[in-house]
Amino acid sequence: MSRSGKRGLSPSAWVGLGLVLTFLLVALIGPLVAPHSPDDLDMLHSFASPSGAHWLGTDQNGRDILSMLLHGARMALIISGSVVAICATTGVALGVIAGYYRGWVDELIMRVVDILMAFPGILLNIAIVATVARPGVGMVVLALALNGWVGYARVARGQVLRVRELEYVAAARAIGARPRRIMWRHIVPNILSPILVQISFAFAGVVLVEASLSFLGLGPQVPYTWGAMLSQGATFFFKSQSLALIPGLAIMWVVLGANLLGDGLRDRFDPRRRARAA
Amino acid sequence: MSIGSFILRRLGTGLLAVTGASLLVFLFLHLVPGDPVDQLAGGDADEATRLEIAHCLHLDESMPAQLGVFARNIVNGSLGHQCPDPEHKPTVMARIVEVAPYTLWLALGGMAVALLLALPLGVLAAARRGTWVDTIASFVSLTGISMPIVWMAPLALLIFFGYLGWLPGPAEPDAPGALVLPSIVVGVHLMAMLARMTRSSLVDVIGEDYIRTARAKGVPGRRVLLHHALRNALLPVITVAGLQFGSMLSGAIITEKVFARPGLGTLLLDGIAERNFPMVQGTVLVIAVIYVFVNLLVDLAYGLADPRIRVA
Repeated sequence: MSRSGKRGLSPSAWVGLGLVLTFLLVALIGPLVAPHSPDDLDMLHSFASPSGAHWLGTDQNGRDILSMLLHGARMALIISGSVVAICATTGVALGVIAGYYRGWVDELIMRVVDILMAFPGILLNIAIVATVARPGVGMVVLALALNGWVGYARVARGQVLRVRELEYVAAARAIGARPRRIMWRHIVPNILSPILVQISFAFAGVVLVEASLSFLGLGPQVPYTWGAMLSQGATFFFKSQSLALIPGLAIMWVVLGANLLGDGLRDRFDPRRRARAA
Repeated sequence: MSIGSFILRRLGTGLLAVTGASLLVFLFLHLVPGDPVDQLAGGDADEATRLEIAHCLHLDESMPAQLGVFARNIVNGSLGHQCPDPEHKPTVMARIVEVAPYTLWLALGGMAVALLLALPLGVLAAARRGTWVDTIASFVSLTGISMPIVWMAPLALLIFFGYLGWLPGPAEPDAPGALVLPSIVVGVHLMAMLARMTRSSLVDVIGEDYIRTARAKGVPGRRVLLHHALRNALLPVITVAGLQFGSMLSGAIITEKVFARPGLGTLLLDGIAERNFPMVQGTVLVIAVIYVFVNLLVDLAYGLADPRIRVA
């Protein structure tokens, strides 16, 4: 129990943060320093082994695997970042509104949440992306965001129910603050910690689902998403091991990092869990 | 709330979910540009063939009329026909019934793998909490949670079928042992999740007074752990396992694709590739119904297993 007073992050959470930050760094500057274009075809040098010119070798079309990986990192960040941003904003807004107003608004929003949760998410994502012949980034983001907000809404609503009865909210109401001001200035800042935890876990989830969609050929139609690379890697495993292994390690890097960070943040924000972990 | 009204309420939500999802998929399939006729007829088909296919798919009717056709096909149990030549092809329902057992076995196999591995791992971690055993167990769990199925599935296949040749490979869904690899792939994620839950649930229970009482009256440690503590710690774990049956179905979609196994996932993905809209709609509907039904059963079983829990 002695550790319960400690306010810092656990070592594993720091590791997670490190993994996530490296990913962000690679996604931001990777494409700028990539040695080749990820679309450069060079059929004469397909399945080249790692060398000075191609550190990780080349794929079946002679494309530089390292460059594809770096551009894939940015693609993963663009998609997952957009999905998480859209979902967190919408989800928190709806959750706060539901929790604050209660009544029929709450009933309506939470029924929609129930409906979306009573259904395997990836199935809906697949079905929606599948409706277009060549899904673009926007379509994938839309499909993932369509049911991605429900987690945030549930967390936010639960937190609002706790916070809305506290004295400072009553005080704000008593001095005549309007509901909108109470919600955004007084309630939202006080429920951000669990939202942050949710963001961390959801980010990991979105990266996984996006990789699955791309693997199935239902992601953005570029050859360098990590999922698409893995799909090629599985086909040509005996010709290029790096194509089959490295994108998988990259996905795992991000997902593991986000999960470790999420675990750490949750323990850090929840004193009960912190005490138990000690 | 009485158990009857609980079931009714849950069935209502489930029905809404299934209807909502079906409607959503229907709307997307019909509103988003891209003509399934192009795909089915091929580029050089003449106008008569194209019209025939459009008629067969009811695409020449209005949206509400098409929705009516969809509803009618649900009611008559066929879930629609495959075009062109609907008379010579099995109905969507017939195809689903044919392959559904493969998916259900895969999901059950994944569930078995998850439970069989997660419980010992979680118990060990809780019993040796704070030691290197705990660290290794939590490392294994985290790896399992973070490992993408799209990576693990081809990797497992290539190692155990490609290199070692121990287990049957793709496209041999009826060979003995064919279920082993896909089950492991489908189950690992849930295994990791359940191992973490078992650990934390057990750690909670170990802190309870009755455990101290049992220890104080001299019950051996192993018996306290496995008999007194685990029994109570298991309930939330089993519930989550049941509720994750749906995630097994999701995992099955990808796993079936990699292992070229027949199943609902393969049917769905093939339907998508061929722009076979009735097949896509039908499979989505059936998976949704299975999901809702299993979740309801788990909730009910939970209530029955633990009389302290009142369904709420």
